[in-house]
Amino acid sequence: MKILVCISHVPDTTSKINFTDGDTKFDTNGVQFVINPNDEFGLTRAMWFKEKQGATVDVVNVGGPETEPTLRKALAIGADGAIRVNTPATDGYAVAKQLANVVKEGGYDLVIAGRESIDYNGAMVPGMLAELTGANFVTNCINLEVDGTNAKAIREIDGGKETVSTTLPLVIGGQKGLVEESDLRIPNMRGIMMARQKPLKVMEAVNATKETSTVKFEKPAPKGAVKLVSPDNLDELVSLLHNEAKVI
Amino acid sequence: MSVLVYTESEKGKFKKVAFEVASYAKAVANQMGTTVTAIAINADDVSELGTYGVDKVLKVNDSKLDTFNAKTYANVIKQAAEKEGTKVVVVSQSADSKYLAPILAVNLDAGYASNVVEAPTSASPFTVKRTAFTNKAFNFTTIDTDVKVVGVSNNSFGLVENSGSATAENFSPNIPENGVHVDSVDKASNKVSIADAEIVVSGGRGLKGPENWGMVEDLANVLGAATACSKPVSDLGWRPHSEHVGQTGKPVAANLYIAIGISGAIQHLAGINASKVKVVINTDPEAPFFKAADYGVVGDAFDIVPRLTEKLKEFKAQNA
Repeated sequence: MKILVCISHVPDTTSKINFTDGDTKFDTNGVQFVINPNDEFGLTRAMWFKEKQGATVDVVNVGGPETEPTLRKALAIGADGAIRVNTPATDGYAVAKQLANVVKEGGYDLVIAGRESIDYNGAMVPGMLAELTGANFVTNCINLEVDGTNAKAIREIDGGKETVSTTLPLVIGGQKGLVEESDLRIPNMRGIMMARQKPLKVMEAVNATKETSTVKFEKPAPKGAVKLVSPDNLDELVSLLHNEAKVI
Repeated sequence: MSVLVYTESEKGKFKKVAFEVASYAKAVANQMGTTVTAIAINADDVSELGTYGVDKVLKVNDSKLDTFNAKTYANVIKQAAEKEGTKVVVVSQSADSKYLAPILAVNLDAGYASNVVEAPTSASPFTVKRTAFTNKAFNFTTIDTDVKVVGVSNNSFGLVENSGSATAENFSPNIPENGVHVDSVDKASNKVSIADAEIVVSGGRGLKGPENWGMVEDLANVLGAATACSKPVSDLGWRPHSEHVGQTGKPVAANLYIAIGISGAIQHLAGINASKVKVVINTDPEAPFFKAADYGVVGDAFDIVPRLTEKLKEFKAQNA
C-alpha cells in the first residue's frame, strides 16, 4: 500500500497572531511552526500501517522552502520520503489541485490529511482532493482499518459516530482518535539523523488557479475584563446571565 | 438565479441550523436582488422555512436518502443548483455540511468559503468575513468564481424572521450510488449534542474524578445543556472522547459555555472561544480561563455547582 500523508505547516497553537503589509499577510516573525496536529494523528496512523501491514509512507506539503523543517520532522518520525510542491499555498482549491497532481504522479492508494488545519481551519482540502482524484472520502475520521483494497472507517458526527465501509483509493480527513495522543511520536536522535539522508523531492507546481482570495485580516476587539461574582451571591450570577447576557 | 440553501433535517424535522442558513440566504438574496430557494431532503413539513425568508422549497423525498451520505447529498444539491441556475449556495457548518461542501464546490466549479460569520460585506466582489487562526482572527475573503459556496458558522448569523411564505415543489433528482457505504449510525437520542446545544456545561480535572460528574449532569439537565470535558479528562478516561472539546476535540459555538474546574489551556480556549458567553468556576483565581471568560466565580466547584443548580431550578420554575 502506498500512503501519502498531507502535512500542513502551521503556527504553534501558543503563537501570537499578528499581521503585516496592511493586515494582508500573517506575520511569521518569532512564530514557531509545527506539523498541523490533525495531520500528526494521520501520520502516526500511517506509521502503524507501515509497521503492522507493510506500506510505504510519503509526506507532502504545498509551500515554499520555509516548510522543509516541518517535512524533515515528519521524516524523523518515520516517513520514507517527502515531497514539497514549490508554490505558495494560496487557497484550499489551489492546494487540492497541486496535491491531486502529486497523488496521480505517485499512484497513492491512501491519502491521509487532517480534518482541518489549525491556521485557516478551512476543512476544504481533503474533500476537494478526493473529488479531484475520484477517490472515496471520509472526514472527521476517528478509526481506520484497511484490509487489501477494502477499508472500514468510523466518522465522528454531531452527537455520535458512524461506521462506513469503502474501498481504496481513499482520502481521509483525520483527527484525534485515528491514534491516541499518547501514541504520537517525538522524533529521537536516530530518526533525526536518518531524516537527513531521506529524499525530500521538490516538485514544480502545475497550473492551478485559486478560487478565493484573502483581502485582509482583522483581529477581534479586545475582550473586557471578567466580571467576578462572589460564591455567596449566586443569585447575582443567575440574574446577570438572564438580564445582562440574556443567555438563560 | 435564486440563492440556494441546503436546509438540514433530522428524522423529518428541520435542525435549528436550517433556519439560520435560511436567514443568511435571505440576506444574500436581498443584496443580490433575488429570491431564496431551499432544498429539503426528507423533511416532513417545509412551511416553516417561509418564516425565515425562503420563497420556494425543492422537496426531495426518497428513502435512498434516509441516511446521510456526503457524496450523494452533494450530488443532489448540485442538481438543484443547476436546475435553479444558482450563483450562490449556502450551507451550514454542521459535521455533515462541512463534509459535503468541498465535494459540492468541486462539482459546481465553485469557490468555497467556510466558517463565514456575517452577511457578505460586498456582493461584488463577493466578500465574506470568516474566522481563522482558531477564532483568533478574521479573514476577509473574496470568492472569485461565477458560482459560489458559502459555509455559515453555526450560531453566528442568528435567526431572522420574515413575514413571507414558501411554496413547495417536489423535486426528483437522480440519486447516484457511490463508494462509501454507511453501515451503522450510533447516536445517543436522549442527549443534547455539543454541536446542537445552545448551552454547554464542561468539566475539567478540577472535578477530581469521574464519580463527581453527577453535579455537572444535574446542572446541564436544568439548563437543557450538553455536557463536555477538557482534554486531560478524556485522556484519563473519566469521560468519553466524544465529549472532549478543544482544538483537537470538538469545536463549541454555544450561546453559553460554563467551564467547571478547567484552567483554560490555550488549546482548550481555541476550541471553545466561538461561544458567546463564557462562565468559569475555578478555585484558582490565577487560572488563565478567567482572562477569557465573561463571568467568573472563584471558589470550590463542589460547593458552588450544586447551589447554582438549585438557584437555576428556582429561576426556571419562576420563568417557566
